[in-house]
Amino acid sequence: MGTALVQAGGVRRRPRRRTAAGGVGPLGLGVATLWLSLIVLLPLAAVLVRSLEGGPAGFWEAISAPSAVAALRITVLVSVIVAVVNAFAGTLIAWVLVRDEFPGKRVVNALIDLPFALPTIVASIVLLSLYGPRSPIGLELVATKPALVVALLFVTLPFVVRSVQPVLMEADREAEQAAASLGAGNWTIFRLIILPALLTTLLSGVGLAFARAIGEFGSVVLIGGGIPRDTEVASQYIAKQIEIDRPVNAAAVSITLLLIAFAVLFVLRLLAQRNLRHEQG
Amino acid sequence: MRQTAAARLSLRTLALGYLVCLLVVPLMMIFFRTFEDGFAAFWDQVATPASIAAIYLSLVIVAIVVPLNVVFGLVTALALARGRFPGRGVVQAIVDLPFAVSPVIVGASLILLWGAGGWLGGVAEAGFQVIFSLPGMVLATIFVTLPFVVREVEPVLHEIGDEQEQAAATLGASRLQTFFRITLPSIRWGLAYGVVLTVARALGEFGALIVVAGGVPGESQTLTLLVHSRFIDDQNTFGAYAAATVLMGMALVTLLLMTVLNRKREAA
Repeated sequence: MGTALVQAGGVRRRPRRRTAAGGVGPLGLGVATLWLSLIVLLPLAAVLVRSLEGGPAGFWEAISAPSAVAALRITVLVSVIVAVVNAFAGTLIAWVLVRDEFPGKRVVNALIDLPFALPTIVASIVLLSLYGPRSPIGLELVATKPALVVALLFVTLPFVVRSVQPVLMEADREAEQAAASLGAGNWTIFRLIILPALLTTLLSGVGLAFARAIGEFGSVVLIGGGIPRDTEVASQYIAKQIEIDRPVNAAAVSITLLLIAFAVLFVLRLLAQRNLRHEQG
Repeated sequence: MRQTAAARLSLRTLALGYLVCLLVVPLMMIFFRTFEDGFAAFWDQVATPASIAAIYLSLVIVAIVVPLNVVFGLVTALALARGRFPGRGVVQAIVDLPFAVSPVIVGASLILLWGAGGWLGGVAEAGFQVIFSLPGMVLATIFVTLPFVVREVEPVLHEIGDEQEQAAATLGASRLQTFFRITLPSIRWGLAYGVVLTVARALGEFGALIVVAGGVPGESQTLTLLVHSRFIDDQNTFGAYAAATVLMGMALVTLLLMTVLNRKREAA
């Protein structure tokens, strides 16, 4: 109730107008909380409870089944590769878009967002038309691990580019010039001046790409093939367990996948904060 | 940092080459495959009853999801931007949660909640079918698109501050008047951007829907599910390409709107 009062710097008002200043008051807060709970929290809580239906032992049994372990391992392995490739390719693309001038740059810049706008199943079909049977370049990748990597690189392309790009635009060019005039080479300048400034946002972009990659389904479902213990990723495993009516298995692997995503995002955020303190310190 | 012409050229080649191989060539390829037999063949695949029903259902879902997301998204953004309450960080985290949750897990969670044996499974027994029908598909789509409006509007609210709102309130404007005359006009481009993202994601959602929807042609099959079913069940590769090209056309329109709105937003 007192929010408007606090924000007005303690100016006293008639009580009727207290929350009239743009805020939504306790009623709005209640509505928002109820909405978020019903749409997001309640379903996820149902997954958590169902995964523990058979106690911790049942949970462990579900996620230690050989095909579940294989699916989780492939998912994490492929996602790590995708995150690392994105760190390099994304920084390179952002660099070229900020520091280089060439005709058609605006079109290329708009093209970066395409994977966000394109439905994931279309991404799968698109890659299939190039790397599938009848491949025009004679490179058939269907149902192989490289196919998973290509599909995930396609859908995660914008994350790193779009987090690094604004920082590069605002980067301090004078420090670079000063370093150059003192005789530093390009690599030294990049490593000691540009990279530290980029690192915080680069890590967050990589984290988002990784989180997206481990949960991805639509883009890998056609080109990945979903062969158990070979190219079946965790999301495909979950969908299959729901289909064959093994809800506890599906719930346990879902929770594991969520925990991996949160752990990675948390560690990357800690690293980013440490870097930020280091930079400012 | 002074780059030699050779260094700059090679970095440019490398970056553009990566984009061409990953994005441009595959996109060209699907256009070529779709239209290699002429426009009429493409149109035959798009104008089938199943395909028209799928497009219609996709649009119905968008028409339900967007208004709900706008209303509740605005309330949430206002509560987060203007309120100081305990647990604000938790609410922020919940808003971001759908970004970190796999669409398949979204679908699975709805089955576990609303399906037989779930906490709210009684709703279906009472005759209101959620899973394998429209309400389930709408719930899944709302889940995955929930953050967009909040995340696009909240920073704008912070930026504009609440001085004008305070002034309007002092001059006797009601809460609704303040919102429609002061707040809404200043957040309109951010809101529009959030709506575009919501529409694009709603049209393109697949993973959550394939788990929740029955996928019955003409009944519970959206455009994305049609692409999948034509490819897997019907072995109709050309039909799948054609439907995917329709979705791709929608994505290109979205991209265009995003670019235009971004410019408006920066100019504002």
